[in-house]
Amino acid sequence: MATTTAAPASAPVHDASPGQTGLWSWVTTVDHKRIGVLYLYTALFYLLVGGLEAALIRTQLARPNLSVVSAETYNQLFTMHGTTMVFLVVMPLSAAFFNYLIPLQIGARDVAFPRLNAFSYWVYALGGLFITLPIFFGVAPNGGWFGYAPLSGPTYSGGFNMDFWVLGLQILGISSLAAAFNFITTIINLRAPGMTLMRMPMFTWMSFVVQFLVILAFPVITAALFFLQFDRFFGTNFYQVQAGGDPLLWQHLFWVFGHPEVYILILPAFGLVSEVLPTHSRKPLFGYNVMAYSGIMIGFLGFGVWAHHMFAVGMGPVADSIFSMATMLIGLPTGVKIFNWIATMYGGSLRFPTSMKFAIGLIAMFTIGGISGVMHSSPPSNMQQTDTYFVVAHFHYVLYGGAMMGIFSGIYHYFPKITGRLMNETLGSWQFWLNFIGLNLTFFPMHFSGMLGMPRRIYTYDAGQGWDLFNLMSTAGTYMLVVAGLIFAFNFFRSRKVGALAGNDPWGAPTLEWSIPSPPPDYNFAQIPEVTSRYPMWDLKSPERTAGLEHSHADAAAITEAHAVPIHEETERRTAAELGIPMPFNTIKPFMVALGIIVMFSGMIVLHAGKFPLAMAMMIGGGAFLVGSLYAWLTSPLE
Amino acid sequence: MASAPATASGAHEAHEHTHYTTTGLDNRKIAIWAFIGSECMLFASLISTYLVYKGRSLVGPLPHEAWTSPAGQVFKPILNMPVTTASTFVLLMSSLTMVLALAAVENKGKPGYEGLLGSSKTWLLATALLGAAFLGFQAYEFTSFVHEGLTIRTNLFGTSFFTLTGFHGTHVAVGVLWLMSLLFIDLKRGLGPKDAIIVDISALYWHFVDVVWIAIFTLVYLIK
Amino acid sequence: MSSDRAHADHAHEHPTWKQYKWVALWLTLITIVEVWAYYIPSLVASKGFVPALLAMSAIKFSIVVLFYMHLKYDHKLFKALFVGPLFIAACTLVAFLFLFGNVRIG
Repeated sequence: MATTTAAPASAPVHDASPGQTGLWSWVTTVDHKRIGVLYLYTALFYLLVGGLEAALIRTQLARPNLSVVSAETYNQLFTMHGTTMVFLVVMPLSAAFFNYLIPLQIGARDVAFPRLNAFSYWVYALGGLFITLPIFFGVAPNGGWFGYAPLSGPTYSGGFNMDFWVLGLQILGISSLAAAFNFITTIINLRAPGMTLMRMPMFTWMSFVVQFLVILAFPVITAALFFLQFDRFFGTNFYQVQAGGDPLLWQHLFWVFGHPEVYILILPAFGLVSEVLPTHSRKPLFGYNVMAYSGIMIGFLGFGVWAHHMFAVGMGPVADSIFSMATMLIGLPTGVKIFNWIATMYGGSLRFPTSMKFAIGLIAMFTIGGISGVMHSSPPSNMQQTDTYFVVAHFHYVLYGGAMMGIFSGIYHYFPKITGRLMNETLGSWQFWLNFIGLNLTFFPMHFSGMLGMPRRIYTYDAGQGWDLFNLMSTAGTYMLVVAGLIFAFNFFRSRKVGALAGNDPWGAPTLEWSIPSPPPDYNFAQIPEVTSRYPMWDLKSPERTAGLEHSHADAAAITEAHAVPIHEETERRTAAELGIPMPFNTIKPFMVALGIIVMFSGMIVLHAGKFPLAMAMMIGGGAFLVGSLYAWLTSPLE
Repeated sequence: MASAPATASGAHEAHEHTHYTTTGLDNRKIAIWAFIGSECMLFASLISTYLVYKGRSLVGPLPHEAWTSPAGQVFKPILNMPVTTASTFVLLMSSLTMVLALAAVENKGKPGYEGLLGSSKTWLLATALLGAAFLGFQAYEFTSFVHEGLTIRTNLFGTSFFTLTGFHGTHVAVGVLWLMSLLFIDLKRGLGPKDAIIVDISALYWHFVDVVWIAIFTLVYLIK
Repeated sequence: MSSDRAHADHAHEHPTWKQYKWVALWLTLITIVEVWAYYIPSLVASKGFVPALLAMSAIKFSIVVLFYMHLKYDHKLFKALFVGPLFIAACTLVAFLFLFGNVRIG
């Protein structure tokens, strides 16, 4: 069961399904909650890695002309910091919540394809190692997280470094795509009776939008990466200017992916705070419908603004104007969300646990990042800011102040559901305030160093350009963030063991996941609940809050078919076998398929090393292993 | 509220009804349509790149125009319309045999049906063979291009053409493997109406690969 | 059970051999016209050549999707899952043609 390892020995949890402990059970698990926990731990590990990379970068830049690291190492550090934080930290932390929460929030027993879910995780975990390990050998990717070709092509990046990046991103793309098909199907098809789309918790709504962004954005980077891979390995001409290739092709393809990717990173955090704010305001979410529609709007418009990353290349007045206007337009649904969160708190009976502090922190910090984003949307202004620290300030406000604050809020909020224990609030408060001050101290001065002309990605700078003080402030702020991170880690691991017991519903929250024990049993819901409104748990416990909202029952046939029963709290823990609920078997096959993929991709690296027979053996062997494992997977029963 | 008082009989029922879904549709069919939506973006990227690079090659051979090299060697327009027309026709017909295979599986056991339209085995085999024939035409096309001096490295046309059609060919090859696997199951235990869903999703994939070719045929081969 | 229910309806509504046969015939005929036009220099030189080819291709694309992929008869959810991405893909493709100067305004 999901939490035997994560849950403390003294918790009132009797192990619902014996044999579900130890390393093997984690490698073979198909339980969405255990996979969510795996995502969480793995992503937190990479957060440590990415954070240390950032600390090294800032140490190098603390004073003019330092040589803490070499220029080459610096290139690897900033490339891997970006790549790690985007692909190995924020997306997987969101995936941890998708996995853990979506089935619980919609009243399902698992995701639509539990084994595919395990596959997604293992591809991510192994792909993460593939792209991270090279830094320990000094051959990490060094061409920036957006890998601009021709710079990242064979002519200018001949070594192994960018091979790891190109292939690693392909691998991680497989993971994200597989997960997205799974969650789209889950949300469309596994909702409990009565759980209409417009009754889904806002986190599930935002996750739903994100999955569509993933399935539409990732194929584009896949194509772009294949081109780069072919250029690097087979001598094709996609990004070869001497053969007539267009140096803007990569930029356009990358940003067609890259801009939706920005929303892939932020929307899950928006979803999490949309759960936290109503809970601690003890008041329904203001403008639920508009919140859902603005999420869809952001997702849709997100495909029409990509070239605002490229104003500096000179696309001409027509293209610049169109992308500029589209970018300003996308500020509207985003602004609507900000106002709705504020209106949710207005008139509420507020509480301020750590999760709420982080949620309010997101609103404030994201607004600052959003406003500097609107500044960039104007091409003349953008020309002054592009490639300076001003842009670095902007996207760290939205991604650290926005996405990470939202995720911390989510971790504090859902930790008790996952582990059965509460995190320490005093330590949480320390972490929040150090984070809040630290992030402003780090990133606010970057607006100034950027405006004074300090370019991004330089490994050092001369004194006397007015940048010294701002850089020192940024570095000091980064150290504060490191301390805040250590407090978080301490709090996280300590609370798992000694935190106060949480019970089903420590926050008095409105949604289905709080109606079942913490940590939930492996089958989630002993009986599928019939949902009659957006806030089923408040209907049960604080009906005055939801009295004015629409309530209605699902059609009787669906209820009978799903054996659904009215909303209730489940407190008893029994095994799935006792309840007669069929559970999927644990299986190693998804792991084996993932392993086959990694071996195949590693073969490409060996190919570059000139060991042709070994490379062929790895690619053909890995491919055969993949196909064989896949057939074994598809021909074995799920449950 | 009573918590978790599921009875043994309820449990048995639950077991039989594990496939309750919100929409009444099969999970796999929703997933394959989402996958096809995703594939639209993949092929849009590949086709965009081909079109963006159209007419930008610095050297020949070229698809629709003759080209004389600085050394005086003359290269004819390289695309072979008769061969590609034949392979296009083959792929279009494979979609017909595919729908017939699905219809045969869905209607298996209905009186008079199998006699009228042939068995699912026949149509699955026919579809796989037509797919293999398409791949054969493509292999012929690729090798003859290489003999005529066009490889994936020669120019932007070669680079984008082989990549685009190669990706499509890979999709066809995966489809052929998929169909062969279905045929194998059919021969081993017989596919009936209960298996219609697994034939249905493979058919959707197969037709999608066909419609992508319809687009490629016009954009790459017909428009000069 | 609703999935059986849905499935029964859906099998019932599938087009039959008659329609399949006509679709195949139309696909063949349009392809013949397309290739025939390709070999007539005066047609290739005319202004309507490219739009006509695109239109014919779109018709072939649509009838395969509507009849062979049963989108005309199937649940509206599948239409949304296909048409939405197809729309975004088509817009991106057209945007690329403008951005790279393959197509110019005016």
